[in-house]
Amino acid sequence: MTKFIDLTLSGISDGAVYAAVALALVLIWRATRIVNFAQGAMLMITTFIASAVINAGASYVVGFIVALATGLIFGAVVERVLIRPVEDKPPLNAVIVTLGLYTLLVAVAGMIWGNQPRAFPAAFSLQGYKVGGTTLLFAPNDTFIVVVVVVVAILLALLFRRTTLGLQMRAAAFAPEVARLLGARVGRMFTLGWALAAVAGSIAGVLVAPSVFLGPNNFDPILISGFVAAVLGGLDSPPGAVIGGIVLGLALSYVSGYEGSALAPLAALVILVIVLMVRPGGLFSVARERRV
Amino acid sequence: MRRGRSLGRVGESTLLRSLLVIVVVGLLALGLSEVITPYRNTQLATGAYFFAVLAGLTILAGLGGKISLGHGALMAVGAYTVALLVGNEHWPLAGALAAAALVSLVIGIPIGAAASRLHGPYLAGATLALAVGLPALADKFPATFGGENGLVLNPPTPPSWLGSNFSLERWEAWICCAGALVVLFVLYNLVHSGIGRSLRAVRDDSIAASLCGLRVGRTQTFAFMISAGCAGLGGGLLTVVNQLAQPGAFPLQLSLSLLTGVVLGGLGSLTGAAWGAALLVFLPSWTNDLAHSFSLSTQVSFNLPLAIYGVILIGAMLLWPTGIQGGIASLAALVRRRLPASARLRVDSGARPGHR
Amino acid sequence: MLAVDGLVTEYGPVRAVDGVSIEVPEGSVTAVLGANGAGKTSLLRTISGLIRPTAGTVTFAGEDITSLPVEEIVRRGLAHVPEGRGVIGELTVAENLRLGGLWRRAGAAPVEEIYELFPRLEERRGQPASRLSGGERQMLSIGRALMARPRALLLDEPSLGLAPRLVAQIMGMVRRLADSFGLAVLLVEQNARSALSIADRGVVLSLGRVVADQESSALAADERLRHAYLGF
Repeated sequence: MTKFIDLTLSGISDGAVYAAVALALVLIWRATRIVNFAQGAMLMITTFIASAVINAGASYVVGFIVALATGLIFGAVVERVLIRPVEDKPPLNAVIVTLGLYTLLVAVAGMIWGNQPRAFPAAFSLQGYKVGGTTLLFAPNDTFIVVVVVVVAILLALLFRRTTLGLQMRAAAFAPEVARLLGARVGRMFTLGWALAAVAGSIAGVLVAPSVFLGPNNFDPILISGFVAAVLGGLDSPPGAVIGGIVLGLALSYVSGYEGSALAPLAALVILVIVLMVRPGGLFSVARERRV
Repeated sequence: MRRGRSLGRVGESTLLRSLLVIVVVGLLALGLSEVITPYRNTQLATGAYFFAVLAGLTILAGLGGKISLGHGALMAVGAYTVALLVGNEHWPLAGALAAAALVSLVIGIPIGAAASRLHGPYLAGATLALAVGLPALADKFPATFGGENGLVLNPPTPPSWLGSNFSLERWEAWICCAGALVVLFVLYNLVHSGIGRSLRAVRDDSIAASLCGLRVGRTQTFAFMISAGCAGLGGGLLTVVNQLAQPGAFPLQLSLSLLTGVVLGGLGSLTGAAWGAALLVFLPSWTNDLAHSFSLSTQVSFNLPLAIYGVILIGAMLLWPTGIQGGIASLAALVRRRLPASARLRVDSGARPGHR
Repeated sequence: MLAVDGLVTEYGPVRAVDGVSIEVPEGSVTAVLGANGAGKTSLLRTISGLIRPTAGTVTFAGEDITSLPVEEIVRRGLAHVPEGRGVIGELTVAENLRLGGLWRRAGAAPVEEIYELFPRLEERRGQPASRLSGGERQMLSIGRALMARPRALLLDEPSLGLAPRLVAQIMGMVRRLADSFGLAVLLVEQNARSALSIADRGVVLSLGRVVADQESSALAADERLRHAYLGF
């Protein structure tokens, strides 16, 4: 029983990280109809930068803020320079561009910081809570992770539903040409979408780095899990991203706990395939319209 | 039809044309392997097995319109099949290679069926997950697959009738080129057949194609199947050259470099696959030389090929989406337009229209 | 108010708009008629800036807007209701309307005015726009355009897919808008009869060229022209 509780709790905290990455992917998908395969690499770079800042003597909080700020700029620059030219081309082009960016970023990170994984500090204690006589597999840092992700999700939801800016972003995402005819600056909305997504990704990076360690390829499984979570919840649905993340986190936690961690990536693949076969729009999609 | 007039029956029959092509290419490769050093022969072998994989992949991506990041994993399937059959079961090499192609082809069927229902980014994501997840199986079953260290193969010995001076590297080059020629033959005929046309139709407008009676799912599954078989064969040939099959040889980066080769060479073009293979062979050694002449640290030189692949992928999509072969085709079209009318007629009768 | 002079728009080798000149005064309705493929929609899209012309000029309120981007043209008071209405289905009726007046901020029409014009929209204000019927969507897209208090209105086939009685209502509304707000209305229509019934002027396009430019009553009376280009 304790094992089940442990697995559930760690599944929730892993799931929160997947949810953050999924949110980033969903934001970009909704804004520009592109899956950003470079998301994991982008958040890896911002986490490396935060690490450099912290190692230079700054506090964790400063490092966190630096990660967010670099994420914001990074996302905006990538959209404006690399993605804008392929936004109205066939989807294959954008897939290749983001994959190319992923390859380039991983290589550059290796060149600058080396391929050896290194440690990254956690915000709070990693010692599990003590309940009764036992120590849970859930620590104060995990609470921090879950709280941060929930707050981010709520802030984004408020931005989109309640603000004028959010309305413009949604209009630009759903119907860019019509939005232009209404005077919305659609290009800026796209850039903003990517920038916000990169911020969400940077948060995920800083949160997960203490447990997976920081290295050029260490965040690849996180990207894949984030992608699976996003697809699970529906690429168009931010709340779906969060729920998909938690569900996936739990599923992978149980698989790792009872069958061994080597099977986790394959389990993610199986879940992905099942969802895509059965409900391609995700668990929370409405029925797709007939195409003919 | 003016098309085949100057070349007679050969011009009109795809089968005969393809045979002509592989005979010519085969003779060229034969002659080349005669005169070059053993090191270059290994490069020729490497280029040949990369061509096998890239040709299948470019047909899938260019004609079928499906992007797959899982072909590195499919190469691994072929590689391990050969290693197991030759190493453990002592099969002859030719049989093992054929089996490698067949096993990958069969595995390609369910993946292809799934792929035919997925589009663009969904397919890329699913095959990405495959590329990362499949090699992990080797760790899960270390007894069969040799774990991290992989399976070792004895080098193939050249048959005695070739003489005792026949180098191992040349023999490997012959084996790999033979495999590449088989792939070339099959795919050339495929591209110019009704199936090739069906693929293009489905890629361009799957709804219209299905309304015309084309079986969309079946056609795309078939394309994936064939490309999986090619990848498996390529992986088997890789094992012959490296005498080793290990999970570390098939990371995600391999699938990404395959994609780069296909994009740079030109999607959908068999000639483009050759360009891509050349890239994959020469780039790593070129960057090594670059690293040495600039005394770059290992950190930098190790990651340099990948960085360049990334730049190529991005640059090609932004600046030059049709790749090398597309550039050549555009140049040829430009030249043809500039010719005076009478000369143009003669050129057109020999050229193959609609061929990339 | 709105004038087009020698406008040429090309899609590759195809000339969709081939030297078109039209003038639309304030407070009037000019109908642009013609068969499918005559270039009517391309004309509107060129005026509002979605497509760049290869030659010619577009003048609005005395200013040359030919090379301005769409966002700038719209902000000068030119509203374009596109083919198919352009209602954003994922947003609610109220959100669609709000979107129309966004860039205007202080100068936007209070949404109550629009609800007064189109009471059906007020009933459905919180519903996603995808649930509206064709006629309601047309009202929404016109209402949304009016939120920005435009001085000129480009309407692309508002009668498409609507029942005849609804078409008459919409046309009547367009006439009233032109009269009461002093709008310069350029109305593209295939339904020539109903368009001419409310228009001051009729322009007939064929293969991108203007083949007739007359007062609407004269155009409606010219039987040869009507038979040749307008089908009735």
